[in-house]
Amino acid sequence: MTAKQLSMFEPRLVRPAMIDSFRKLDLRVQIRNPVMFVVYVGALFTTGLWLHALSGGHGEAPAWFIGTVTLWLWFTVLFANFAEALAEGRSKAQAASLRAAKQTIMAKKLREPRYGAALDYVHGAELRRGDVALVEAGDTIPADGEVIEGAASVNESAITGESAPVIREAGGDFSAVTGGTTVLSDWIVMRITVNPGEAFIDRMIALVEGARRQKTPNEIALTILLVALTLAFLLATVTLLPYTLYSVTAAGAGAPVTVTALVALLVCLIPTTIGALLSAIGIAGMSRMLGANVIATSGRAVEAAGDVNVLLLDKTGTITLGNRQADAFLPVSGTTERQLADAAQLASLADETPEGRSIVVLAKRLFNLRERDIRALGATFVPFSAQTRMSGVNLGKRQIRKGAEDAIRRHVETNGGGIPAEASRLVAEVSRRGSTPLVVSEHARVLGIIELKDIVKGGIRERFAELRRMGIKTVMITGDNRLTAAAIAAEAGVDDFLAEATPEAKLALIRQYQAEGHLVAMTGDGSNDAPALAQADVAVAMHSGTQAAKEAGNMVDLDSNPTKLLEVVVVGKQMLMTRGALTTFSIANDVAKYFAIIPAIFAGVYPQLNALNVMNLASPQSAILSAVIFNALIIVALIPLALKGIRYRPRGAGAVLRRNLAIYGLGGIVVPFVGIKLIDLGLAAVGLV
Amino acid sequence: MTTQSWSLLGIYLAVLFAAIKPLGLYMVKLMEAPRSPSLARLENGLFRLCGIEREEMSWRQYALAVLVFSLMGCIAVYALQRLQLWLPLNPQRLPNVTPDSSFNTAISFVTNTNWQGYGGETTMSHLTQMLGLGTQNFVSAAAGIAVAFALIRGFARHSAQTIGNFWADLYRATAYLLLPLSFVLALALISQGVVQNFSAHQEVVTLEPTIYEITRVDNTGQPVTYARGDAIVDAVSVTAQTLPMGPAASQIAIKQLGTNGGGFFNVNSAHPYENPTALTNFLEAMAILLIPAALCYTFGKAVGDTRQGWAVLAAMTVIFVGAAIATISFEQQGNPKLTALGADQTAGALQSGGNMEGKETRYGIGASALWAVATTAASNGSVNSMHDSFTPLGGLIPMWLIQLGEVAFGGVGSGLYGMLAFALMAMFIAGLMIGRTPEYLGKKIEAFEMKMVSIAILITPALALLGAAVGVMAAGGRATIFNPGPHGFSEVLYAFSSAANNNGSAFAGLGANTPFYNGWLGAAMWFGRFGVIVPVLAIAGSLAAKKKLAVGPGAMPTHGPLFVTLLVGTVLLIGALTYIPALALGPIVEHLILWSIS
Repeated sequence: MTAKQLSMFEPRLVRPAMIDSFRKLDLRVQIRNPVMFVVYVGALFTTGLWLHALSGGHGEAPAWFIGTVTLWLWFTVLFANFAEALAEGRSKAQAASLRAAKQTIMAKKLREPRYGAALDYVHGAELRRGDVALVEAGDTIPADGEVIEGAASVNESAITGESAPVIREAGGDFSAVTGGTTVLSDWIVMRITVNPGEAFIDRMIALVEGARRQKTPNEIALTILLVALTLAFLLATVTLLPYTLYSVTAAGAGAPVTVTALVALLVCLIPTTIGALLSAIGIAGMSRMLGANVIATSGRAVEAAGDVNVLLLDKTGTITLGNRQADAFLPVSGTTERQLADAAQLASLADETPEGRSIVVLAKRLFNLRERDIRALGATFVPFSAQTRMSGVNLGKRQIRKGAEDAIRRHVETNGGGIPAEASRLVAEVSRRGSTPLVVSEHARVLGIIELKDIVKGGIRERFAELRRMGIKTVMITGDNRLTAAAIAAEAGVDDFLAEATPEAKLALIRQYQAEGHLVAMTGDGSNDAPALAQADVAVAMHSGTQAAKEAGNMVDLDSNPTKLLEVVVVGKQMLMTRGALTTFSIANDVAKYFAIIPAIFAGVYPQLNALNVMNLASPQSAILSAVIFNALIIVALIPLALKGIRYRPRGAGAVLRRNLAIYGLGGIVVPFVGIKLIDLGLAAVGLV
Repeated sequence: MTTQSWSLLGIYLAVLFAAIKPLGLYMVKLMEAPRSPSLARLENGLFRLCGIEREEMSWRQYALAVLVFSLMGCIAVYALQRLQLWLPLNPQRLPNVTPDSSFNTAISFVTNTNWQGYGGETTMSHLTQMLGLGTQNFVSAAAGIAVAFALIRGFARHSAQTIGNFWADLYRATAYLLLPLSFVLALALISQGVVQNFSAHQEVVTLEPTIYEITRVDNTGQPVTYARGDAIVDAVSVTAQTLPMGPAASQIAIKQLGTNGGGFFNVNSAHPYENPTALTNFLEAMAILLIPAALCYTFGKAVGDTRQGWAVLAAMTVIFVGAAIATISFEQQGNPKLTALGADQTAGALQSGGNMEGKETRYGIGASALWAVATTAASNGSVNSMHDSFTPLGGLIPMWLIQLGEVAFGGVGSGLYGMLAFALMAMFIAGLMIGRTPEYLGKKIEAFEMKMVSIAILITPALALLGAAVGVMAAGGRATIFNPGPHGFSEVLYAFSSAANNNGSAFAGLGANTPFYNGWLGAAMWFGRFGVIVPVLAIAGSLAAKKKLAVGPGAMPTHGPLFVTLLVGTVLLIGALTYIPALALGPIVEHLILWSIS
């Protein structure tokens, strides 16, 4: 995806956001946010009081005072609208850049699902699920689908931002193609797998634009808490009118609290800071996910990512570099290392797998054995097959094979030979080192072992240590045998591993962890991963993977980078932390506001309460105004934090909580004392109060 | 604080903590069927006789059982009062109680509040006291413990549909816990001189006449007022004194142990027949917090990690000790107006010093203030001194402890389930702050739990604040405020806080035995009790049905100082934010006025 994170107050976003702030004053919009709706109603109410006071009515307070309070109450509502509008604007800007990739495309629809069948030119938007299309070099792929014939190199930079072309071919795990990407060479016949409007880009756009319409489970629970707090403060505030009426009657003097002051107190006490920024935080979280090139199918999935405590990671590609590399030739007695290398190279000349290439390269490096042209030698290549599970070359009478120990055993035994004990010992030794042994044989004789080594990615060990500090357990999944798996697990520093993994074993492992009460995340790409992806709590499918895998997952990683799971977890956590921190901040703020407002609103009835005016605010009116103004300005001040999310450091839960409590709890108590006092000084300086 | 007060507090806590583990362990066993075959046979027989099934209940069934049982209790207590004149064991020939007072008292005892608008010895027959009030003292306490058991099961179980059987819990809490404990305590009290008989009251002639004032009431029981609205007060002079008699000790034992608080005599445990010696005072004060504190251990044990129980207990203790030290200090400080008049209020060998108005000289500042804090920290409400006469700030602390929801130890059962509701709220915010779906003890806290927690925590402030508003606005409410001004407001606020939180103690000085207060306070008590119990049971049911998540290093540990701080902070902050404006108009301004004039 080409959308970049935009700077915080991008001018071209700020202006429409400001206009939107006013548009959002619509009652139907306001009622969706209960906390801000209370402010909205309060502002309407004091507007009425102000008009009444202006019209020469017997106002309960000076018209300028009611007017100023009213003005700032409206600002409070507008600032909340602005925060939301800005977050939406940023997301929409991202979505727009995605939409650009979705221009009208002419597609070559095939009448029959085979290369060379008669074709019609149709609009890409007219293609339905099940249709078959031909895409040739230079064409844009018209919709998401699956390659059913052919192979082509595809430029997916429109989606992934990665300029290196990728190969997409029929069958296997690299058969999925995405609408909007371009075929660079060759051709493919693809079957469309989605109807118009259901493609990944459509889903992503809908998600970004609709982010605030679906609340995540934690957001709902938090909203309930905020509503409850609002109700509590509403009660604490409205009862003050009868209380002070009584006090005035009992004292026989003084004046009860004014309604304007009560509205001001209410607005200051209810959690407006978090109430105003709540939806902006959610939208910004989705945008950050997009920024990391991950499409989540729901906000719920993003949130669940923060809860994960077991990560299942495929060894290959995630923990180790995708490919094993030949590292040594280990001959059995009677064969020299060079002979073994020569045979191994011959057996690998036509083997285009990365392992095969690395054998050729190693032989060349160690013994300067040149690559030979397999055709010139008159050799026939025996490719790897699922039945024989070995590959090799027939060179005249020479039958050179390489493969796993059991495959070669079967091969040499049919030829009347056997695996010598020495070779078996070498195989065990290599396995123990975490490497993969390939046995090389010629006819009935075993020549030796090629040691293929897994290369653990740099920095991965530190990454896992970080996860451990976050309380997340890492489990490596591999098809290797236990010995190999154990050695790599130790080298990479994962907490556990599943060796000789089958799809069933993966599924069973996930179920077992879930039964123990863990939340499991995994990545997968192949069709055989689909059951496990569907079972996992958070499942990130690789974009390069099959359609089945993508359907089963609840997130798709456009970059097809398995370590992305770690970033997904962080974004999920950040979203929750930002909400929690701002809730704490919002509630902690009330302490200072009480000290500002309580002496002020009761000044008419109990002037003695001025002893609580610890900030020494200039006058009751100035105190109320300062608190209201602070309450409004803090929303704007915290917009960047809401959009960026608070900083996440991988530490234990206790340490994270201590830190956030110190910053947002204690900070939340102290900051408004300073802020309100400064505003009060300012108001006094301009002579307003 | 004097050395004597410090040592009293120290010994009190030491004895309390020594009893927690054994009693807590004992109560864990009460959550299951008895192991002893003879007890099991007895239980089976009794239940068969009553036709009660002991199948496990869903939370809805459990809540329904609690409600129906309580409603039946209300009807029984109401009927006993209304018919006592014609029933046996009424040697004083006390008349039937008025409908409004009967209504109030019935709810009061069924809800474990024991708010008393009446004077015990001059209103209730022995039969009403024992069969009505005494019985409810046991079963209302047992019902509270049963609800706490249900909530504990909610945390301890996983993927379960049921939270226990109310009838079994009720029976076991009564038969195996409250009865034996109160039997022992009653004997101890009798040994110290607390009366226990069925005699009529004894008349004696006093050495000098006593003069006191009484509010004039019309024949409907309404106070007669001056045109201004103040009640008319008449002076009365008497030379005869009546020494009240009755089965007091048995009832006092359970009123303390079951955090009921309803005194046998009008002045409650300030009465020499109810609380004659320093030892009875210590035992009665100890009995208030014994079961609530031990239930924390039961909780920890039942959820499989006693540290969890100790952490909750630590949070309660922090609040309690802070409150005790504050109240004792404020009371010891005395009254500046008296100092200005030359009164000596310093503590010395011959006097306890401080503010002694409304306190027994037998107990002095320390024992009176400690009792006041214990009785309001729990939902007990029994008193050995008059909270109304405390200094403004000394009275603010007991009132605020009530308003916090009585979760510093709290009522039997209700203290624990109230505190666990706060723990869920604290862990919700903490969970968000560490970036995980909030959880407590391996249970996810989701929208349903937050809804119920919010109701449970906010119902009592709503009742107290709105009730006080009605009290100071309505003519019927204002009529019997005998101390207009901030103090009168405090009295009304205290009354509604006490009723809504099922405490039962009062700032006297408010004529509460009027149809107005009987009605409104009765309603506050009912909703204050069951408006919390029903959501708590809903939480129990919802938690029991959830999976138990593995508690790993990513989860916030809930057994350390951080959790204790968080929990205490949540309780205090919620309590402060909801009540500070109201308190500012009552005790706070009263304090400022008192100290600014001197």
